[in-house]
Amino acid sequence: MAPLSIHHLNVFYGQTPALADISWEVPQGLTAIIGPNGAGKSTLLKAALGLIPSQGEVRFFGTTLNAARARIGYLPQRASVDWDFPASALDVVAMARTPRTRWWGALPRREREAARAALAEVGMEALAERPIGQLSGGQQQRVFLARCLAQEADLLLMDEPLAAVDAATEREIIKILQKLAATGRSVVAVHHDLASVPDIFEHALMLNGRVVAAGRVADVFTPAMITTTYGAGLAA
Amino acid sequence: MITHNTLVVVLGCAALGVAAGAVGCFALLRGRALLADAMGHAALPGVVAAALLGAWWDTDPRALPPLLIGGAVAGALGLWAVQALSATGRIRQDAAIAVVLASFYALGVVGLSVVQAMPAGAQAGLSHFILGQAATMRAEDAWAAGLLAAFCLASTVALFPRLRALCFDAEFAALQGLNIRRTDAALMGLILLVCIAGLPAVGLVLVVALLVLPAATARMLNQRLPGMFMASAALGGLSGVLGALLSAGHAGWPTGAAVVLVGTAFFVASLLLRRA
Repeated sequence: MAPLSIHHLNVFYGQTPALADISWEVPQGLTAIIGPNGAGKSTLLKAALGLIPSQGEVRFFGTTLNAARARIGYLPQRASVDWDFPASALDVVAMARTPRTRWWGALPRREREAARAALAEVGMEALAERPIGQLSGGQQQRVFLARCLAQEADLLLMDEPLAAVDAATEREIIKILQKLAATGRSVVAVHHDLASVPDIFEHALMLNGRVVAAGRVADVFTPAMITTTYGAGLAA
Repeated sequence: MITHNTLVVVLGCAALGVAAGAVGCFALLRGRALLADAMGHAALPGVVAAALLGAWWDTDPRALPPLLIGGAVAGALGLWAVQALSATGRIRQDAAIAVVLASFYALGVVGLSVVQAMPAGAQAGLSHFILGQAATMRAEDAWAAGLLAAFCLASTVALFPRLRALCFDAEFAALQGLNIRRTDAALMGLILLVCIAGLPAVGLVLVVALLVLPAATARMLNQRLPGMFMASAALGGLSGVLGALLSAGHAGWPTGAAVVLVGTAFFVASLLLRRA
């Protein structure tokens, strides 16, 4: 059963179509979503997750979003939240564990320890108690990734996990993504750096308001397809 | 020396301050401060309309509950108007808030002059709703404020993980199965409740400060939400006590203004402490 399958998905911003007739099956492993600005990459993730209205059919692991919620992880863009929020790194990661217990009362120690373990996985254990506003951009991205890991999901949808991070953080995040794939998880990441696509990802969705191509990187990530996706401007 | 009357006002203002501090903590983090201001101002025409209806039916013009219910209805209407205007996508929320705040308030001011020309209307002392007059607080009003504080504290504590998730990252929380609309509505309801309950004592002009000042002060002094929440409720209560005492000691100082000035002093102190 595909972790995520999308059939005839349409998204409109007002009268303007943002995504037209998207049909796509996410395979197991590491998949990149690539395309120019405004191609609808983030929109596709958000529409699939029911965060914005859309038409069409979306199935997770052969069932509905509601039934599969616990198996789905999400990493939004770092800029989507207020990093001046009064919380420590551990507090942010622990928020991923709340629904596993209950939506009231304090988080049980066991869940807090699981959050701490997720922080350790991204190399942030020493900064667990630090206020998130005092972290660097790369450290904030690691905290966000730890929150996503703490969801212990089988399918992880990530919106630009490598955006604006330092080289060391980038290497470490890539290592974590590959480890996730090696342990049977599926990761879909919006990705911007075309040069690194073949090194990191096995599969790619090339998007520009519609599906230009989808499949194994070796098959679809070709100069001709890149030109079709991005327009002639990038071919040079 | 504290008279019985002063004690009632002090306790009433303390309870109001605790409620506002607890709710204000999340109002601030959710970015709802201006919306609260709009709701406070939008309440005036509702208060006036309730007074007019009361005069029509010849009820006790000084009875608070009908006036506050009228205010709550108008405040909720104002909130709906802001959201409807923002939803058009043509004007942004700040402009929508300005339009609603000013128009509802203007309507209320005109209505106020009509009511005050009537014999029963003058008795109701509706003009106190603008700048507040806690000195007229009666024992039953203080009890009501106490109940309100208990309800707001219990609600915010019970909803704590939900409200935190909503304020930090609503989309992520939605994905985790949290009902964002309902949680947001609960928060707006609590904000409206505090705004309306604060009207007679603090007045619609200053009621937003009751929500925002303790929360902003608490944020300066705390790096984590539980600490900020407790500090905000405590500072709200303390501002209420000190403000009420101050105004009792200086005849003619409106209590609402005194409470807000005490809150401002705490806020300035927290700014300096943070630098140190």
